[in-house]
Amino acid sequence: MPSAPLLQVEDLQVNFGAVRALKSISLDVHAGEVVALVGANGAGKSTTLRTISGLSRPRGGRISFDGKSIAGMAPSKIVRLGVAQCPEGRRLFGGLTVADNLRLGACTRTDKDAVASDSERMFGLFPILKQRLKQLAGTLSGGEQQQLALARALMAAPRLLLLDEPSLGVAPLLVRHIFSALAELKLQGMTMLLVEQNIKLALDLADRAYVLRTGQVALSGLSAELRDSERVAQAYLGAAT
Amino acid sequence: MTQLDYILQQIVNAVSLGSLYALVAVGLSIVFGVLKLTNFAHGDVMMVGAFGVALLVGVGVPFPVAVICGIAAAAVAGFLIERIAYRPIRDAPDVSRLLTSLAVTYIIENVGILVFTSSPRNFPLPAFLNTSWELSSGAITFTSINLLTIALTFVSLLLLGWFITRTTTGLGMRAAAEDMSAAQLVGLDVNRLIIVAFIVASAYAGLAGILWAAQAGVVQPQMGFTPLLKAFVAAIIGGFGSIAGALVGGYILGALEIFIVAFLPSSISSYRDAIVFAVLIAFLLVRPGGLLQPNREIKL
Repeated sequence: MPSAPLLQVEDLQVNFGAVRALKSISLDVHAGEVVALVGANGAGKSTTLRTISGLSRPRGGRISFDGKSIAGMAPSKIVRLGVAQCPEGRRLFGGLTVADNLRLGACTRTDKDAVASDSERMFGLFPILKQRLKQLAGTLSGGEQQQLALARALMAAPRLLLLDEPSLGVAPLLVRHIFSALAELKLQGMTMLLVEQNIKLALDLADRAYVLRTGQVALSGLSAELRDSERVAQAYLGAAT
Repeated sequence: MTQLDYILQQIVNAVSLGSLYALVAVGLSIVFGVLKLTNFAHGDVMMVGAFGVALLVGVGVPFPVAVICGIAAAAVAGFLIERIAYRPIRDAPDVSRLLTSLAVTYIIENVGILVFTSSPRNFPLPAFLNTSWELSSGAITFTSINLLTIALTFVSLLLLGWFITRTTTGLGMRAAAEDMSAAQLVGLDVNRLIIVAFIVASAYAGLAGILWAAQAGVVQPQMGFTPLLKAFVAAIIGGFGSIAGALVGGYILGALEIFIVAFLPSSISSYRDAIVFAVLIAFLLVRPGGLLQPNREIKL
């Protein structure tokens, strides 16, 4: 792509105490693209997303969004710039109603009319949420919760959506529903960075992918190429390349 | 006096005492919710409110104006405590934070003793709050301060209910209490939420301190200790961190204390506090998370 990337991560390093969680991660996401981060447990996928969102502090490296450095910035400021995350395990506010969860999703916005029309858009994408508005989020089923978590993140009107394991803990039938919603978002032009254990789902949705292994990028390329690559399987198993 | 009158009288007393506990406990829970910190200095913020009123009335400020100023002084005190003492150690281990909170308590109390001495001083109540009415020809007595306590608690808790269920900031406070990282990820400004939590909690503590002093008739630098301890029990009964739980816990504790004294023989009721704590322990054995488990249900 000719234009500058919307998100650019260069040589990102993150430590948890004495443990080095990310050795060196470099990746970029262009506007309109869907990029997947795949890899085994502990490869650093979630840490990468948490650091982009500002929840973990980088030890070194650069993160820029839309040309602006966001490394080490407060999470609320990063959301305001246009990066929203749908976190692993959904992390809904279970004691709050569905409506209030959606309302908090839009808490950084002041454009009331656009927020209202975005809620309507969410009910179009996830009709079940409209029936559950007054219900406490904690009483929803796993699949409904995942839909709400997605809708909550989208209510921030992000220019980049970070998705951490959207299929985790969701019944197989509903996984298909969630991913068809994501495919629809992609058609609408939403830029996404997706972390997903299920490599087939991830590569089917994404344009490109990075394969992480022990805190580094082991491999990257177009999804179509990676889908048939033996080296992806090797990277997963941790075999030497 | 008939049996029924006596019971009615005790119910009024229980609601009045429970209101005070609820007002204090609600503030403890609000702060614990967003910061996971047991704020022992909460009792001293009560003292700030009560002393503020006593001093202002002493120099001729009308009582209602003094009450508003006292509540504001308590809110400012809470803001400063967060800013000066708690913010620098926000990411420190729990033990350090707990000790800091105790240290703040001792500093405020000792400064209070230095300035005002530890001997109680008179809390000036205007005449209209010093009256009482009798019902059923003297069987039931309502003191005006009892009624004011109940009425003000009712109004202020309605206001709090509106705040935490209708405003984005209030919802954000409950969200942060449930899951701090998720709250950050939707873009809530955690610093701002913590400041608001301290100001709101401290304003309620100020009001509680004023009403407590009005009922006792005196103010004293260490006056916050007993209500703090009781409110702590109330908040735990309700489920620490849950605002609705603190409210319910406050009224349960108030009722328990009044009814133990009212309906048990004096040989037993003199062990009131021991009985209350025994009930608390028994209760926690059955429901370790309190009546309303926070994180699962915080409704009002």
